Amino acid sequence: MLFAKEEVETAFAPPKDTYSGKVYSVNIGTASGEVTFGGENILPFHTFEGVAPNRPLIAFEIQDVPPTDWPENVQKPYKDVSNDPVSWAKFCQDTLKARAIALRLIGTHPDRENRSPEDAAKTVRDVLSAISIPLIILGSNHAEKDASVLIAAAEAAKDRNCIIGKAQEANYKTIAAAAMANKHKLIAMSELDINLSKQLNILITQMGFDKERLITDPMCSALGYGLEYTYSVMERIRLAALTQNDITMQPPMLGDIGMYVWKVKEAQASEADLPQWGSLEERGIAWEAVTATALIIAGVELLIMRHPKAVEAVEKVIEELV
Amino acid sequence: MALTGVEIFKLLPKTNCKKCGFLTCLAFAMKLAQRQASLDLCPDVSEEAKQKLGEASAPPVRPIIFGAGDRSVKMGEETVLFRHDKRFVNPSVFALEIKDTFSEADINSKIEEVLNSEIDRVGQKLRIDAVAIINESNDVRRFEAASKIIAIKAPDIPVIICTANPQAAEAAVKLFTDKKPIIYGVNSENTEAMVNIAKTYKATLGVAAKSLDELSVLTEKVKAAGVADIVIDSGARNAKEIIEHNTLVRRAAIRKNFKPLGYPVITFAQREDSLVEVLITVIGVAKYSSIIVLSSIEKWKNLALFTLRQNLYTDPQVPMQVEQKVYKFGEPKSNSPLLITTNFSLTYFIVSGEVENSKVPSYLAVMDCEGLSVLTAWAAGKFTAARIAQFIKESGIENDINDRELVIPGYVAILSGAIEDKLEGWKVTVGPREANAIPAFLKSRMASKK
Repeated sequence: MLFAKEEVETAFAPPKDTYSGKVYSVNIGTASGEVTFGGENILPFHTFEGVAPNRPLIAFEIQDVPPTDWPENVQKPYKDVSNDPVSWAKFCQDTLKARAIALRLIGTHPDRENRSPEDAAKTVRDVLSAISIPLIILGSNHAEKDASVLIAAAEAAKDRNCIIGKAQEANYKTIAAAAMANKHKLIAMSELDINLSKQLNILITQMGFDKERLITDPMCSALGYGLEYTYSVMERIRLAALTQNDITMQPPMLGDIGMYVWKVKEAQASEADLPQWGSLEERGIAWEAVTATALIIAGVELLIMRHPKAVEAVEKVIEELV
Repeated sequence: MALTGVEIFKLLPKTNCKKCGFLTCLAFAMKLAQRQASLDLCPDVSEEAKQKLGEASAPPVRPIIFGAGDRSVKMGEETVLFRHDKRFVNPSVFALEIKDTFSEADINSKIEEVLNSEIDRVGQKLRIDAVAIINESNDVRRFEAASKIIAIKAPDIPVIICTANPQAAEAAVKLFTDKKPIIYGVNSENTEAMVNIAKTYKATLGVAAKSLDELSVLTEKVKAAGVADIVIDSGARNAKEIIEHNTLVRRAAIRKNFKPLGYPVITFAQREDSLVEVLITVIGVAKYSSIIVLSSIEKWKNLALFTLRQNLYTDPQVPMQVEQKVYKFGEPKSNSPLLITTNFSLTYFIVSGEVENSKVPSYLAVMDCEGLSVLTAWAAGKFTAARIAQFIKESGIENDINDRELVIPGYVAILSGAIEDKLEGWKVTVGPREANAIPAFLKSRMASKK
């Protein structure tokens, strides 16, 4: 008997969990270009205790005006195509084999080129007619201007099953209505707080917006610049979705990584100025890839990134993880 | 099952002698119940109590000191699965592999890289902590020779002696007497010999298994033979296995107090592609690896990995702070703008990044508000007109600038009058509410000054 008891105590029984909730799966694009993400009933890559039918999706970021504000090392891969959003989009699709594209209408910002909603709509139409992969359409993060720009953009993209964003507390009503009327998915962004994120999702669904067409952006931050906050907010959102079956926390999450990473000092300071930081080119790429990898481990299903080499490395790791 | 604090208290000497570092036996008992202290701290505990308490009260992941002296590092002691629940305790150790097949010159240059890897970030000194000497040659003499170079050149660096050959292990470990090295490579065939060497030289043992089942059996065998300090490798090498095995190990230790897996985990992340190696290491840091072995330590790679480790191992309940002082951006002159903000590290990073992006040479006064952000510090009475005025006066910035103009964050516009009252001869300008508007603000201010 004693022997049997010892056997029981030392034998390893894998402590596997099952979860009561599940992340919604969201499909974007049309026809042969359609892509699905989300849909898992497990914590990120815990395929030993459940299923994850879709892998995280990485979208390449492009913009409506030339990326003169991007650091040189991330402008370089696009130098022959980035003066025109259409050629830029086609390059991402055909040469880089992008699975999705994120078009940021940064040129509509009042402090930038201040392009009109009509200009933005034309860019959207032109890009859509050139690509077959799904498109994510982003404003310039100017709450007021985005409301008018994204209405025009959503109409221009009608029935192409795009993602429109970002709806924030200040402008969600108009943007959600435009996404709904034109049958798009919608990004809801709030600032690094699980409760704000939950509240915005509730407000939007109370308008009659289908909760299964939402994507949550809890706000990204770059490695070294608050990454741990985004990481923990995302982990908590995912745990609420899975272990508490909280339906307001079950939309897939977005990590809008490129724009946060490529403005930090580590992605821009030269090796001549800071020799202890090593090669600038590799450092910038690593900064983006590390930020992305940390966030897929925290629960992100959709990423927006800039540097092709960072995307390539993250795809390799995703391949290993699924 | 685990005992309660009161049950544990009954077994303690009840002398309140404080030798354990706690004020009373009851306080110590409570800590033991939460598994935040080890029974070893009590010198007077009875054998009977030891037996009853030992296992139940030990921390779920055994604390182990790796190396000796200033460069020694602590591992284990983790109590949570998610950092937001409490915090991750002992940051992952980064070790550079050095193979005994490398030339002497290569070994020397690798050691140099480790010795020169230190980078200062937000007041913390971060570095590659250790070296893993690999017996790639399978030759005892060659392994000993490589180990000797390392022992002479870097006597303070903690080492992992990686070999499954007890003879090679003994030849190497002799060179690191009293340095608390790790001998990695214990398997079912060599257990007895390795245990004897570890006991003689007071080394930690690294158990190398092919599965979690085999690992549980092996650690029990090592422990029964008398070695308590163990690090564990389940054989997980690809990203998916690392997450699966490390998660199951951590859960078993923390939730079930399953002793055979209650040890720090060692992960081998070496890859052909250095960037992929970085990303595998990210997974190890996020998902419970206590030691991660790398094949190369380029400077860009170190900076990214050190920063990630620092981020994930910060205490989520204690805000990171930066030093109170007036920081300079570019080469500010006597007519450059002076801005003020609080010393919450995230606030500082975001504000300083935007000031830098503006390319306008500036002064940024960062005031100690106990690591609170601007609005929180204002609401808590730490970012007040009186305190701002006092800080500006004491900083001596008055000697560096002609225009006595202070730019305050837009969120505390309400303070502008009160600051002007307390800082005689100064003008207070209300800056933007959000940091991303700082470049436009500084540029237009510069244009208007011309």
